[in-house]
Amino acid sequence: MPTPSDRKYAKTHEWVKIDGTTAVVGISDHAQSSLGDITFIELPAVGKKVTKGQSCSVIESVKAASDIYAPVSGEISEVNSELTQKPETINKEPYGAAWLFKIKGYNDSDISDLMDSAAYDAFAESEK
Amino acid sequence: MKRTFLYESHVSLSALMAPFGGFEMPIQYEGILAEHFYTRKSASVFDTCHMGEFSIKGPDAAADLDRIVSCDISTLEIGQCKYGFICNENGGVIDDQITYRLSRDGFFMVVNAGTQDADFEWVKKNISPTTSFVNLSAETGKIDLQGPDSPQIITRLLKVPVAGLKYYQWMENSYHDNKVLISRTGYTGEIGFEIYLDKKRTIEFWNECLELGAKPAGLGARDTLRIEMGYPLYGHELNAARNAAESGFAKAISTAKRFIGSDVVHDGGNRRDLLCGIKLDGRRTARNGDTVNNLDGDAIGTVTSGSFSPSLSCAVALGYVAKQFSGIGQKVLISSGKNSLPGVITAVPFYKTATARRPMREFFTS
Repeated sequence: MPTPSDRKYAKTHEWVKIDGTTAVVGISDHAQSSLGDITFIELPAVGKKVTKGQSCSVIESVKAASDIYAPVSGEISEVNSELTQKPETINKEPYGAAWLFKIKGYNDSDISDLMDSAAYDAFAESEK
Repeated sequence: MKRTFLYESHVSLSALMAPFGGFEMPIQYEGILAEHFYTRKSASVFDTCHMGEFSIKGPDAAADLDRIVSCDISTLEIGQCKYGFICNENGGVIDDQITYRLSRDGFFMVVNAGTQDADFEWVKKNISPTTSFVNLSAETGKIDLQGPDSPQIITRLLKVPVAGLKYYQWMENSYHDNKVLISRTGYTGEIGFEIYLDKKRTIEFWNECLELGAKPAGLGARDTLRIEMGYPLYGHELNAARNAAESGFAKAISTAKRFIGSDVVHDGGNRRDLLCGIKLDGRRTARNGDTVNNLDGDAIGTVTSGSFSPSLSCAVALGYVAKQFSGIGQKVLISSGKNSLPGVITAVPFYKTATARRPMREFFTS
């Protein structure tokens, strides 16, 4: 699956796409593939203040549990609650239907610290 | 790290590999969920070459084995095999095993990979000097073919029809003029077979199973399948410190004989806990070592295995729970890290419609 160039990426394998005044967050194809079949997600509460680099969600696969880190600081404005019953969507459509949550009130400087798709591809390859 | 005879096959299938029992083993190929469901609906092959096989022969072999394993050996008929425990003097479990009676005086024992060296030393120490005891593991290939399509697949591969084979029976058979041993046993709950063959024929047999429609399944699916059935895994549900009787596998423990550890195992006063199934309300998984609490918050037990159950679409666990709290329907809270996971003690198997014990003729009609 090609890495979309319309968004930015964190070293912890989340992606961030700017949609108006909110930052939409998901996990990369590389991340879902490494986790394997995803069976559970715990999403943050709407209204929760999150800090860049801190854990704010948990994903479990048949093999393992993994933290999801906030790629930017701000406040959770919306979560994709459909994933709670259908977490396998994260395996199937990591860049589309399986966005995890949205953050409002983020700083532009947090965004510019993230990698573009080419830099992320190189980073993910180096981690293999 | 050791490799099985099928290592190259796993690499060519791009399996995700990881260490297990001293071997580099395939965890998954296509994915754990897909492999799990394919085993329940069609048929899968599992590389189980890592397991240990011993030959035990001689006029005293049956009496020796009756002293070493918890199940009845003297009454075992030729053509049958039996599941039981190898216990230490304290009634703890050194390993779980299956013994096949090959002849009046000849037996074949299958044990776990990680324990096989210790098992070999233990049996050797406790066997009569006149009984021949040989480790066949280095020459013996083993493949498990499991799932509703396996009777049809195996029929096309072996010379002698297997249709008459009942659950926990074995037969000698022929694969391209090579002698093989096949038993109607397995670790998935589905109808299927464990096939023991010459290591030189293992890759060929594996490939032919795939050509006939079986798919490869790894240790990931093997674990989710066995947990749904409530089957124990050595090192989790069974270990040297845990009284074998607490496992609740009464059929594996003979009360009609004495064996090493039986003084402890037979004494009901030593049974404090019971191995239980716990069905969780949600999808979040409990982990080995998590504490089981009753609704008053008292610790009543410990989780030994936890997994997402693909067939039930919720998390399930196995664990030891104090006997007085182990009734079916008892509500529990599992402390897992900072989370408290609600669940209920449930009769195993969790998955009720597995096919292992169904008449084999049902699988030849389609």
